[in-house]
Amino acid sequence: MADKVLMKGNEALAEAAIMAGCRHYFGYPITPQTEVAAYLAKRMPQIGGTFLQAESEVAAINMVIGVASAGKRVMTSSSSPGISLKSEGLSYLAGCDLPALVVNVQRGGPGLGGIQPSQSDYFQATRGAGHGDFHMLVLAPASVQEMASLVFKGFDLADKYRMTTMILADGTMGQMMEPVSLDMGSVNEYDKSWAVTGTKCERKHNIINSLSLLPEELEQWNIRRYDMYKKIEEREVMYDEYMTEDADIIVVAFGVAARVARNAIVAAREKGIKAGLVRPITLWPFPKEILKQRAKNAKAFVSVELSTGQMIEDIELAIRCTRPVLLASRVGGMIPTPEEVLEKIEEAQKIGGEA
Amino acid sequence: MKRVTLFAGHYGSGKTNLAVNYALRLAEMGKKTMIADLDIVNPYFRTRDSEKALADAGVRIVVSPFANSNVDVPALPQEMYAVTDDKSYFAVVDVGGDDRGALALGRLAPALMKEDDYEMLFVMNFYRPLTTNAESAVAVMREVENASHMKFTGIINNSNLGQQTTGEDIIRTHARAMEVSRLTGLELAATCVREDLIGEVSPKIENLIPIRLHFRDEWAIF
Repeated sequence: MADKVLMKGNEALAEAAIMAGCRHYFGYPITPQTEVAAYLAKRMPQIGGTFLQAESEVAAINMVIGVASAGKRVMTSSSSPGISLKSEGLSYLAGCDLPALVVNVQRGGPGLGGIQPSQSDYFQATRGAGHGDFHMLVLAPASVQEMASLVFKGFDLADKYRMTTMILADGTMGQMMEPVSLDMGSVNEYDKSWAVTGTKCERKHNIINSLSLLPEELEQWNIRRYDMYKKIEEREVMYDEYMTEDADIIVVAFGVAARVARNAIVAAREKGIKAGLVRPITLWPFPKEILKQRAKNAKAFVSVELSTGQMIEDIELAIRCTRPVLLASRVGGMIPTPEEVLEKIEEAQKIGGEA
Repeated sequence: MKRVTLFAGHYGSGKTNLAVNYALRLAEMGKKTMIADLDIVNPYFRTRDSEKALADAGVRIVVSPFANSNVDVPALPQEMYAVTDDKSYFAVVDVGGDDRGALALGRLAPALMKEDDYEMLFVMNFYRPLTTNAESAVAVMREVENASHMKFTGIINNSNLGQQTTGEDIIRTHARAMEVSRLTGLELAATCVREDLIGEVSPKIENLIPIRLHFRDEWAIF
């Protein structure tokens, strides 16, 4: 394994951003994502990039808007409370149609909450990142390798659609160490003739703006954006499956919960229960089609989450509530055990058998 | 054997796991042992995670009351002074990573040097991205010495790729460990090897420390 190094998720993410051509990072320290900033504070000066510890999360996201407007790849990262502070900026990024990469290494909430892993910002990431009608592309890594590869992919998607990509990780993904290969491939170039880079008196000036006082015009901006979202939902869905072909019970989980779920599925199979895993990699767009398809043969679903049940609503919507969906969850920084998930799988098997 | 053993090194070099293994070994040998977690940088995977194994072995644990709690502050407990004040113990100290992590050691440095019964070991993992060669490892070593006001007395090769480490992965880093030894004049005190790889590595490298990984394994495999 000559080409592999042992990295923390937060470090792998930061290095992948550099490999994706990101030379501007603005952030503010918060556990459990501080290593992103610490790593880039060391690396950016070595490669002529900018690392800037802003005076606040609000300042950092506005600096992101500035660099994105200039057509350069830019990243900020934080953990749950810090993402709430960035909320206004996320809405402005969407309103300005700017590409950016924002990382949320989630911790328990609400409020200051705790510093241990959580997935309770699912609603915030997929529904309510800020005011107004908009979506972000939301990617959920489940390994250190994916912390790197999804950041690389995330920058590409952001440029491709002029949108914000959010990496929705959890504290575990940020903190755990695994061998990682940093062979990321080549960076795609996208047309950025819209960027504000100075006209040199050779062209009409570009404007980056989210204000449209004419309602007819603002309506059109929103419609255009939603037409694009529709295309993204058709093209960019990513998920992973494990033993779903013959599954009676479909477990749905992302991030660290998917790792726990996999172990529970192995245990369930040993007990003769046909369980399988669908792991959404894109949380928006959500992998609705595959769930609908799996619902045809499955008796019941189990959603495993480090929240009081947020993704479960998307599962129910995707399968149009045609099957019972149970929730296996721990919150506040706790991680469900495979045994706890297995218990829910067994319960689902029982309920599914009756239905 | 010195009364105090300090494990320091670059960030993510595996100091904590090594310190825990070492403390457990001292306890097995029947020594009255304490382990002190001086890591104020990383509030996540700390000695505290191995608390049960250590407590069961009768090891006294000195750790920040805030470690793994909801209070995100770099605080050390007053009990930390037991490392230098209570000489009835063999003390194992897990120093935080890099120069920033080693800063806290400066507080204990005068008493440790006065007693002069310690070993300070530099732990290296050449699979970490910022210390892949001897030169970068030595650079971190000097930074840690400057921050802690203490000098290393030996080095330990703890090169690993976590659970996926093979014997060959360890063997191929040996030359770099010897290069650090040559550059610094410090002895390679030991090479860490996961227990099941000992047979593969022992014909090639001397002075092995068998290591057991302490982690929460329910989500480690993927």
